[in-house]
Amino acid sequence: MKVIKIDKKDWAGGLDKASSGYRFFGPVEDKECHNFKELDKGELPDFNFSNTRLSAKSVVFPQTEAMFEYSLDENEADHHLMKECRKNDAPRAVLGIRPCDASAFLLVKRNFDNPEYRDPWWVKAYESTTFAGLACNNPCASCFCTSAGCGPFDEKGLDVLLVDAGDHFLAKVVTEKGRKMLAAAGWNAETDADIEALKKDAESKISSFVPTDKLKDKTTMELYNAAFWEEAAFACLNCGTCTYSCPTCWCFDIQDESKGKSGIRMRNWDSCMYPLFTLHGSGHNPRGTKIHRVRQRFMHKLKYYVDKYGDGIQCVGCGRCIRLCPVNIDIRKICEKMNSYEPKAGDCNR
Amino acid sequence: MQNPYLPYPVRIDSIITETEDRNLKTFRFVFLNPDDEKKFAYQSGQFAELSVTGKGEIPIGIASSPTEKGFVTFTVNKVGLVSSYLHSMKVGDIMGIRGPMGHPYPWDVLKGKNVVIIGGGFAFTTLRSSIIYMLHPENRSKFKDIHVIYGARTPGMLLYKNELAAWEKRDDIRMNITVDGTKDPDWKYNVGFVPTITEKKAPNADKDTYSIICGPPIMIKFTQPVLDKLGYAHDHIIMSLENRMKCGIGMCGRCNVGKDFVCKDGPVFTLSQLETMPQEY
Repeated sequence: MKVIKIDKKDWAGGLDKASSGYRFFGPVEDKECHNFKELDKGELPDFNFSNTRLSAKSVVFPQTEAMFEYSLDENEADHHLMKECRKNDAPRAVLGIRPCDASAFLLVKRNFDNPEYRDPWWVKAYESTTFAGLACNNPCASCFCTSAGCGPFDEKGLDVLLVDAGDHFLAKVVTEKGRKMLAAAGWNAETDADIEALKKDAESKISSFVPTDKLKDKTTMELYNAAFWEEAAFACLNCGTCTYSCPTCWCFDIQDESKGKSGIRMRNWDSCMYPLFTLHGSGHNPRGTKIHRVRQRFMHKLKYYVDKYGDGIQCVGCGRCIRLCPVNIDIRKICEKMNSYEPKAGDCNR
Repeated sequence: MQNPYLPYPVRIDSIITETEDRNLKTFRFVFLNPDDEKKFAYQSGQFAELSVTGKGEIPIGIASSPTEKGFVTFTVNKVGLVSSYLHSMKVGDIMGIRGPMGHPYPWDVLKGKNVVIIGGGFAFTTLRSSIIYMLHPENRSKFKDIHVIYGARTPGMLLYKNELAAWEKRDDIRMNITVDGTKDPDWKYNVGFVPTITEKKAPNADKDTYSIICGPPIMIKFTQPVLDKLGYAHDHIIMSLENRMKCGIGMCGRCNVGKDFVCKDGPVFTLSQLETMPQEY
């Protein structure tokens, strides 16, 4: 695969040139952290960050999104009929997404784009997006991407991999989509520079490893009934920070909101941490305690998903839930417990 | 790309109040675009999202049978925001239906078999669909004996009373209607809880006999030991689950029981399947 050298002095000019064909999204400083947003014309992404506080999932899957609009005015011919909201599906490019966050889209894609159903909004937004990722030269201490089927230079969710090499970027072209974006920016200086050494160096800095090899062979009910869930859930506040910051969490709610005679049906991020998530109309709640909910989150990522798709855990090892959890619940420790769990005689069955 | 969230527009064609407490109403819907009826091809045991514009959606089992043409019906208990509003709506009002969703009862497996239907309270809707489907002249010969055990608290709480009475008169379906209790001197059917009547009236198990059981948790809890006593294998006991849902297509994440979604992988499961799954329903 080709590697293009982009001199940093040509960065702003190239983006400006390509901006006629792309809506750019990138990390910008936001209070005391970085987050993704749509860049204004001439605005540059700020690559002086380790990782953004929230993942880039909102670029494809907004935190709140209008699905349909309707009129409740019976004088109108189409009253009470749902009409799809218009969306801007113009090509967009995410600049500086970390490889972990980009590969998360591939895990989430299995949910929104499957043989039975395709989620039109997610699929259209995903397909119209070019992912120009930024390799992690200095991964954080809480990252465990190499244990989660990913890595600081991982390319599988990307169209272009940018590597910061001091006064220039090395841009590895991964897909045709990526080639087009580089061409649109006028960056075409091929180089035979090797990024392998930088990749090895970055991977050697990963200090956190989590074993996941035995999860698929465990029995669901044995793990579900394991004694460690009570302790794991003890400190949890059910705040939902882990699920909102997670690039691989996709759960959502659907709500109608009307004002006067018109309204929208919209969807919003939701979280398995909240009791309302599963509360029946009758008052019965199948996941009525926080032990249920904490167990659901980890069982989903580390067992149900593993069994359903047979291709690893629903986690890319970005470490956000570890860094942001107010009570220091650590998915690495839970995963280790699950992976090494052997049921003892006398554990209850259900 | 077909948008799986877009409901088919429908008009309320009739509304029947089913029970003496007026909490259950049967809504009959007609599709505004006749082609949508074909797209909504369903089988007994499936459900749909009823979409009340401006309020939201609720997942409800389909009470009509695929052998009934020109309309679809749903019996709705008045519980929350959407169902309460629906209960206040009138014939002629416009709303939406999204579906059909989930797996039906396993009709391929049930072909040539005895079918024992056990229902309680208002969980009789997809069972009504199943009975109408099996009794249809084109289908009746595909099944051996059909037994029905259906109970409610009082005679006035039974659904589909006219149809129950008509089925009682037939000789190709064995009806066992029961109520928990009644002071009505004219009540001519059983008095007793569903598990008790099941013990007395249900046929003994054999490899050609399947039971479909839908009802409140308390009824299921006490009926299951009875079926065990009668010798029913757990893969011959078919159940239908309910969980809170939004999307109905396995995407929004809330209705899972272990790795399976009640909406997309269910709602129909055998008891042997449920025994390998967490009890999160």
